[in-house]
Amino acid sequence: MSKVNRARGTGVHSLSALARWAKRVRLGGPARAGGSLATYGFLGAYTFLAVAPVLLIILNSFKTRVAIFDTPFALPSADTFSLIGYQTVLARSNFPLYFENSIVVTVASLALILTLGSMAAYALAEFRLPGGQFMFVYLIIGIMIPIRLGTVSLLRLMTALGLTNSLWALIFVYTAMGLPVAIFILRQMMEQVPRELKDAARIDGASEYRVFLIVVPLVRPAVATVAVFSMLPIWNDLWFPLILTPGESTKTVTLGAQQFLGAFFSDWNAVLASLTLAIVPIVLLYLVFSRLLVGGLTTGTGK
Amino acid sequence: MTTLVSPTPAGRIPRIRLPIRLPRYVVVFLLPATAVYTVFMIYPLLSSIGLSLMSGPTQQEQFVGLQNYSTLLTNPAYSDRFWGALRQTFLFSAIHLSVQLPVGLLIAEILSRPGLRARGFFRTAIFLPTTISIVIVAFIWQLILSPLWGLTDAAPLGNGGWALVTLSLISVWQYVGLSMLMFYAVLISVPRDLLDAALVDGAGAWATFRHVKLPLVLPMLGVAAIITYIANLNSFEIVFTTKGPLAGPNYSTDIMGTFFYRTFFGYQWQLGSPTMGATVASMMLLVISIGVGLYIGVYRRRVETHEL
Repeated sequence: MSKVNRARGTGVHSLSALARWAKRVRLGGPARAGGSLATYGFLGAYTFLAVAPVLLIILNSFKTRVAIFDTPFALPSADTFSLIGYQTVLARSNFPLYFENSIVVTVASLALILTLGSMAAYALAEFRLPGGQFMFVYLIIGIMIPIRLGTVSLLRLMTALGLTNSLWALIFVYTAMGLPVAIFILRQMMEQVPRELKDAARIDGASEYRVFLIVVPLVRPAVATVAVFSMLPIWNDLWFPLILTPGESTKTVTLGAQQFLGAFFSDWNAVLASLTLAIVPIVLLYLVFSRLLVGGLTTGTGK
Repeated sequence: MTTLVSPTPAGRIPRIRLPIRLPRYVVVFLLPATAVYTVFMIYPLLSSIGLSLMSGPTQQEQFVGLQNYSTLLTNPAYSDRFWGALRQTFLFSAIHLSVQLPVGLLIAEILSRPGLRARGFFRTAIFLPTTISIVIVAFIWQLILSPLWGLTDAAPLGNGGWALVTLSLISVWQYVGLSMLMFYAVLISVPRDLLDAALVDGAGAWATFRHVKLPLVLPMLGVAAIITYIANLNSFEIVFTTKGPLAGPNYSTDIMGTFFYRTFFGYQWQLGSPTMGATVASMMLLVISIGVGLYIGVYRRRVETHEL
């Protein structure tokens, strides 16, 4: 390959050909192994392993019961297409309500995590406070300690506050759970905002609150990463809905699906349909935000 | 002490009464997060530890010192299940650490090689299982491994010897993407010059990985390991969903999370006990702290961090 390129490069040809040649050689460096057939074979195989089980569930949720067992790997056809599972799910459970609850809890928790988290992160990044380092360690120690271990007292606290079977119980717990990571990441990013910018605003008479509102949009990518990373454990949690809000009117999708699946386990149509209902929204959200996720993780590394 | 705070709008700092005097805006910024975090996270954790030292009817508990701990560790009604759950949690975690991290690292290494095509597609697809709830993942694999569907002959989830290993691998399947993404973020930022220099020196893919990339990844490997360990110690959903709170067959899939749940809420003939539940939670906290201590005290000291 490189011989051909070199031959081309030695001709009359222009700078652009030379540039192309240089690019080839660069890519042909450590990349040669990266581009081999075995590499793509391995990645393809692993991708299949990761995605196929999910696709299998979604595909079969649109089939008749007979087709699910006879031809599990076939696409639904005109003969085998059926929505019976979805009809059962909608008739026998309150899935629309569960979705509403999950959305309310997730959106409210995220709003609180991002608002309170960025305010605290701003104070810790911006001011040299007495005991500031201690405050920072105190606020991020929750990254290492799972909040679940305080469940016994949390349930008592929520009972005392009259918040059991209230979505507020989940919102408070998830906010407390999400704050440490949010503060950790946002403080780091806010420290990188140039001092001159903030001081210029202050000289123009802006209050600290105003300066804060100027800084937040500048760390938007970090805010987005925190949002995506905080969202998944909240939406997917089973433990706290099971313990704090098990009532029918406050069930989240994860708890609702878990209980529905337990009760209807022999009805494969209904099981597959409810699984699909639980999978599709979060996967769609992920596909929309996946760029932010990786973008945020690699922020500051120059790529 | 007027310059406690660096940007001081000269002369007119609103003060509030506190042992240390702070401008009001600092309090406004810090108080809401600190309050929610303290009330709903730190207080319940500390209060739970306090409760583990008490015994008696609900809301009228008396201080009994370490009695609950000795019950947990020596009274057969609790200790058999406790030691079993602890041993199985370590097995559960060992499988994660020895499969999830190496596989995640391998995929990240390949994905981060320069010149790879369709990188974004592979990355997105491989992370996909991580976005789905473990509850749903457990059901997906329960269907796939069900002899009813005929995709497998045996039923590994019903077999006492293999059920926990199978559940661990299902959980690994879900979280490989997370490890992959963490390593990928480091590997993608390895400077091109370093890789080119290794190439010029005649290093192959393995030597480049071993001597250039691996040392740069080690700090993240530690972070990924401790995060995985904490998550494993705290796992509950995958066993609860597939096996119920009794973690059958014959408690062979019982892990600390399910043991905690049963001890606190009770199940069938066993009565629930908040104080014993708090004791189990405090033991879990202790086991997690030992892991975190080893990570901070030993691993982080030995592994050099390189600025890229």
